[in-house]
Amino acid sequence: MERLFYFFYQYRAFFTFLALELFAAWLIVENNQYQSTKFFNSSNRIAANIISTTHGIKEYFALRSINAELAEENAELRTKLEQRNQSLYNLEVRENKDPGIINRFEFMSAKVINNSVERFKNFITIDKGALDGIEPGMAVISSSGAIGKVKSVSDHYAVLISLLNTDEFTSSVIKRTNHFGSLNWDGKDPLFSQLNFIPRHANPAVGDTVVTSGFNAVFPSGILLGTIEEVSLGPEAQFYDIQVRLAQDFIRLAFVEVVKSNLLNEIDSLESLTIGVPK
Amino acid sequence: MSRSGILHFLSFFIYLIVQVVLMKHLVLFNTAFCFIYIAFILFLPIETNTLLLMVLGFILGFLVDIFYDSLGIHASALVLIGFLRNIWLSRITPQGGYDSGEDPTLAANGVQWFIVYTLPIIFIHHFTLFFIEAGGFGLLSYTFSKVFFSTIFTFLILLLLQYLQSGQRRI
Repeated sequence: MERLFYFFYQYRAFFTFLALELFAAWLIVENNQYQSTKFFNSSNRIAANIISTTHGIKEYFALRSINAELAEENAELRTKLEQRNQSLYNLEVRENKDPGIINRFEFMSAKVINNSVERFKNFITIDKGALDGIEPGMAVISSSGAIGKVKSVSDHYAVLISLLNTDEFTSSVIKRTNHFGSLNWDGKDPLFSQLNFIPRHANPAVGDTVVTSGFNAVFPSGILLGTIEEVSLGPEAQFYDIQVRLAQDFIRLAFVEVVKSNLLNEIDSLESLTIGVPK
Repeated sequence: MSRSGILHFLSFFIYLIVQVVLMKHLVLFNTAFCFIYIAFILFLPIETNTLLLMVLGFILGFLVDIFYDSLGIHASALVLIGFLRNIWLSRITPQGGYDSGEDPTLAANGVQWFIVYTLPIIFIHHFTLFFIEAGGFGLLSYTFSKVFFSTIFTFLILLLLQYLQSGQRRI
């Protein structure tokens, strides 16, 4: 026994090293698991305050372009609203009076205070949190397209898992052909993402629009993801290799909207009743 | 605590703040990153205990991780550096050995020794860091280019800082 202790004592540096590395490995694995409310990330108060102050200084220099972007978006939305009104007026479509369906999605605006595009696993921190009604798992979009999902929240801040994260898969559909696939970033170019699992018999073309499918009930359906930039098909491959140019330029991200899906619980409970609880 | 002890204590926070406020946003060509905080472990006095190096490395790495939302990755890479540093230092002891209470800096041992000391350690740190982050060897060439360019970038920044510090001491 004494010799055993002596052995441990003699190699104490190595054993401490082993223990610390194992602890770090446990942290990495634990942190990779999706969606959680954890304290040790950039949504905790001290870290978020520091980040937010730094961002405030940076933002000051970008105010002009942010303003222009917001004004542009306003105009675009106004046009869309007017078009919608006109078409409804002409077609006399039956009005949808079910408030549950009409208010299916709620949008909350939030400011991006931290963002990166260079790493393999990129995250975004925003300045709204649990007190504003944000929960892990909500979808986040911007004026130009989908952004990501909420990973963890604190009282005043939330961390999003960006589309530019190799762990993130988004159920998506090619609008023209209605084929479903999964958008997953390969970790290289922040302007492009990759669309997987489009079968051989589909006929995707350069320039086709890729939008969210709405199948997972996190994203509303039809949110723009990007346009197809390059299509290739290996001789024996089952699926196409498709490069998608992302609609949102993640390098310049200022404001986002968090989507609250009010019918999410209803869909989930109905599906788990019929199909069983998803693993 | 001695004067140099206080300075090292302060430098812990300075490196942390500089890393998460400034260096985090300083990425060249989407591939070259600067992880200046490893300077803290690199330039602690030569006689520092390996245990202390690893514990300090873990704490510093953990704090950096909080800001990078990458819990455990920086910590594990920095613990590795803390473990390897003293072994490497004893391997490359210059003729006549180190003075007692000396810091392993450029001013004390010269440029050649400094390159031999820091470059492999920076490389190991960045290698571990990027390959853990990539989650394997899937993107081998791309990750390697990140490791390579980041090593050069971090090394140049450290070298620059060393010249600035030694310049101050002469006055």
